[in-house]
Amino acid sequence: MLKRYLLVWVTIISSIVFVIRLSSLQLSSDSYFNSDFAVQELSIYPERGLIFDRNGELLVANQPMYDLIIVPENTSEFDTIELSRLTGIKVDDLIQKISDAVNYSSKLPYVIESQISKEKNAFLQEKIWQYEGFYLRKNSVRDYIKPYASNVIGYTGEVDENDISKDSYYEKGEMIGKQGIEKYYENELKGFKGKRYFQKDRFNRVIGVYNNSSKDVDPLKAKNITLTIDIELQEYAESLLSNKRGGVVVLEPGSGEILTLVSSPTYKSNEFIGKERSNNFKKLLTDTINKPLFDRSLQAQYSPGSPMKILNALVGLQENVIDASTSFKCDGGHYYANNAFMKCHNSFGTISDLRKGIYNSCNTYFAKTYKMIIDKYDSPSEGMDNWANHIKSFGLGNYLGYDLSIGKKGFIPESDYYNQFYGDNRWGSSTTISNAIGQGEILTTPIQMANFAAAIANRGYYLKPHFVKKINNESIVNVDKISTTIDKENFEIVIDGMVDVVDKGTARIAKINGIDVAGKTGTVENFILIEDKKRQLTDHSTFIAFAPANDPKIVVSVFIENGYWGSRWAAPIASLIIEKYLTNDIKRKWLENRMLNGSLLSEYEKPYLSKSFSINE
Amino acid sequence: MNSFNIFKYDLISFLSYFLLVIFGIINIYSSSYSDSFTSIFDYTTLVGKQLIFLVACIVSFITIIFSKNKFFDNIALLLYITSILLLISLFFFGVERGGAKSWYILGPISFQPTEFAKLCSALFLAKFLSIIQTDLKKNRDIIIVGTIILIPFLLITLQPDPGSALVFLAFIFPILREGLDLRFFYFGVIILSTLILTLVFNFIISLIILITLFMFILIYLRQKKIKISIINYLLSLTTLIVISFSTNYLFDNILEQRHRDRINLIIGKEFDNKGIGYNINQSKIAISNGGLFGTGFLEGTQTKGNFVPRQHTDYIFSTIGEEWGFVGTLFTIILFALLIIRITLRAEKQVNHFRRIYSHCFASILFFHFFINIGMSIGLVPSIGIPLPYISYGGSSLLIFSIMFFIYLNFDSSRLKED
Repeated sequence: MLKRYLLVWVTIISSIVFVIRLSSLQLSSDSYFNSDFAVQELSIYPERGLIFDRNGELLVANQPMYDLIIVPENTSEFDTIELSRLTGIKVDDLIQKISDAVNYSSKLPYVIESQISKEKNAFLQEKIWQYEGFYLRKNSVRDYIKPYASNVIGYTGEVDENDISKDSYYEKGEMIGKQGIEKYYENELKGFKGKRYFQKDRFNRVIGVYNNSSKDVDPLKAKNITLTIDIELQEYAESLLSNKRGGVVVLEPGSGEILTLVSSPTYKSNEFIGKERSNNFKKLLTDTINKPLFDRSLQAQYSPGSPMKILNALVGLQENVIDASTSFKCDGGHYYANNAFMKCHNSFGTISDLRKGIYNSCNTYFAKTYKMIIDKYDSPSEGMDNWANHIKSFGLGNYLGYDLSIGKKGFIPESDYYNQFYGDNRWGSSTTISNAIGQGEILTTPIQMANFAAAIANRGYYLKPHFVKKINNESIVNVDKISTTIDKENFEIVIDGMVDVVDKGTARIAKINGIDVAGKTGTVENFILIEDKKRQLTDHSTFIAFAPANDPKIVVSVFIENGYWGSRWAAPIASLIIEKYLTNDIKRKWLENRMLNGSLLSEYEKPYLSKSFSINE
Repeated sequence: MNSFNIFKYDLISFLSYFLLVIFGIINIYSSSYSDSFTSIFDYTTLVGKQLIFLVACIVSFITIIFSKNKFFDNIALLLYITSILLLISLFFFGVERGGAKSWYILGPISFQPTEFAKLCSALFLAKFLSIIQTDLKKNRDIIIVGTIILIPFLLITLQPDPGSALVFLAFIFPILREGLDLRFFYFGVIILSTLILTLVFNFIISLIILITLFMFILIYLRQKKIKISIINYLLSLTTLIVISFSTNYLFDNILEQRHRDRINLIIGKEFDNKGIGYNINQSKIAISNGGLFGTGFLEGTQTKGNFVPRQHTDYIFSTIGEEWGFVGTLFTIILFALLIIRITLRAEKQVNHFRRIYSHCFASILFFHFFINIGMSIGLVPSIGIPLPYISYGGSSLLIFSIMFFIYLNFDSSRLKED
């Protein structure tokens, strides 16, 4: 019987084996292979969005650059050394790249060298036809027209593995915003690439559109962005900070618009374009002394120094522990605990009321005020948390929520912090007295300082600071308005004190004829570790200001590292910026020249000279 | 002649045949489709040429159905001799295509006598085996049967077209059916297994496996108290060991490099999807691209892009796989299995020996093509270039397989008659 039906059994078994094999080939979810080879996908890129300054000046456009492409399958024998000489790529690199291309795919185009300039392209175009399988493809890259505000605008770069794994929209070789506005507004600026699909045959020839173009997607136009930055003011501020380290933030208090944001030293966006881009990036990244990629206005956390006294005055008024007429006697400082003396530059026996305390920046006055604020409550924890709550309402101790993706929170200490450090309530106002004068644990960034100055200028509220005014032609409206915990009427006396600072106090150098400037200087002690030893460096010079005092149009915060006292560098720079913005003219040329030419480079070298040095000279 | 009664014919087989041919035309059209294509009746196109042969099929259908079945009995020897002569004269008048001198070209028509030889050998083998005196227990008759098969086998191998020659091995099924001792079959299977075992692993591992296997057999036989000749037992083992030992020598010296490559690909010793493995790989890509329901008629990207070489001929199954999906491939396999099984089962009901043996021969050839062609398209069998009957493009193949089927229909319709 087996003999008779052998063929039947063999047929049945074969058929079953075939069906099993076919179901694994055709029905398993992880398809054996997709049809990549048969369908060619072509991306159509919209031109990246333009960037303008607040007055409509074009800051960022696009320019054509060229990529050298190889399709390995189409090449014939060629002289590698000759091609290397022609393109300027090292022979070894060229061979490596060609073998990478072969490994990638023999049929698909592979970029050998990207961002070849227009001039080089013109030269190459004449010769490259001799090399079969090589061609130049036009590409669009950024053109940063103004070499300013690079820290705001940022730059673009080729997508890396990380970008691709985060968002499948991107493919190898495409550009993405890597920093600044380019990064934060990537979605608006990139538009949306379109797709065209073509049917190919096995010789990699396109033989027509695929599926009647039904899968094709049209590209979406990118959006243009108008910044809140005033490029002229930005340029001026950057020039004032040349050869100095620090940051400048200029705000329009009524809108929260950031007019200028300087970090010095900085980079130029154009350094990220063209052949030298990776070398430039490496140089910027490895400069750990100047840290040009580190944005000092957004990321640097300093002790705020004396401007903190303004906030403590406001909290004291709000908590009714002082009023405008409250006076304290200063003995060139005061004992805040047994054998613990806080020095003050006011002379022995000076009696100050609030205004005088502000314009003479009396440490004693604000130490006593701070003590009363904390001691008003039964436990130091309660007093401290209440104080911190007031201070934080000015946008300190947390991210401000502006539209750039870098920043720091700063730090406002609360009871938790001290309880952990000293034990529950085993501390008090004396222990934390440094908070009174903006030294100690408190940390703020220059933009936070500008922001709290804006809240004072507005008499009790601030608008969330931001960098973009318009997307296409749609203005950014509905900016968050955040109220402080301080009542409006408490501000006037403090602002009067701040006007006095410029008028007859510590910052008389910042006085501008015909404009009431309110300000507060700061001289910030700071330390670094040299070979594990804490060394004090020359004080930071800082200044916050707004003008005109009665109807503020501009808020400035300046922070100059190791600039010594506040009115030495920060106050004059802020004053020049205010004058430039409000009058569009500088009358005090001597001051301008002093600031433009002044250099602190020798100060910055001191810790690296590996010999003892003196500070605050 | 009796009055014509349609129900005495095997209508189920005919339906399968009909569906396969129609499905073939559709897939040839798709495989050779290009956007500039105009009319399917244009005889310069592949489908047009295939349709001309279809007309020839209809003519032969009418001729054969109304022939007396005694007629084929009578001319079997003549046809066999003719086909052998045609194969011989190929060496003088044949035209070379694809590396083998296997074509006659007369004006616009080209013809492959290899296909014709399959039909003639089937008829003549049936004729010889059906002679009362033939006894497959006798060595003399085994040698005669072997010679009948070996002559066309060798002539075709020399063209050289060893793939097509292998088809003649399919006659092992009817020969076994007609009385050849099953031991021949078992030995064949065991020897083949030993060869594959040695190729996949190596001689040492095969040796261990063989000896272990034989030990188990010995223990089993002892327990069952079955007496066997120790000499035969040791002889079998020694033969297999010798075969295993010489496998690599045979593999390296008898086969050509392309054959070695094809075998290495299937047993997984070589991966080369660009060179020698390109065809099989592309075929598998196309088939898996089809999924459950396929991409649809004329919508297969791999098919349209001509990624699978020889797709309208030997690799037509990949077109089915891509455009008609699992549903299409299942449909094709069911039709073939149905046809082969039905022919075999109906053959068993034949009273006349000649007609029964012919039907078996036909079913076996059909099976061999089915097994090799589809197995190769899905990467289970080494690449052997033989067409999928009724579906692949190729006039000779379509015509000869149709004629063989019509002869079966004719025979089957008179299965209860003695002569």
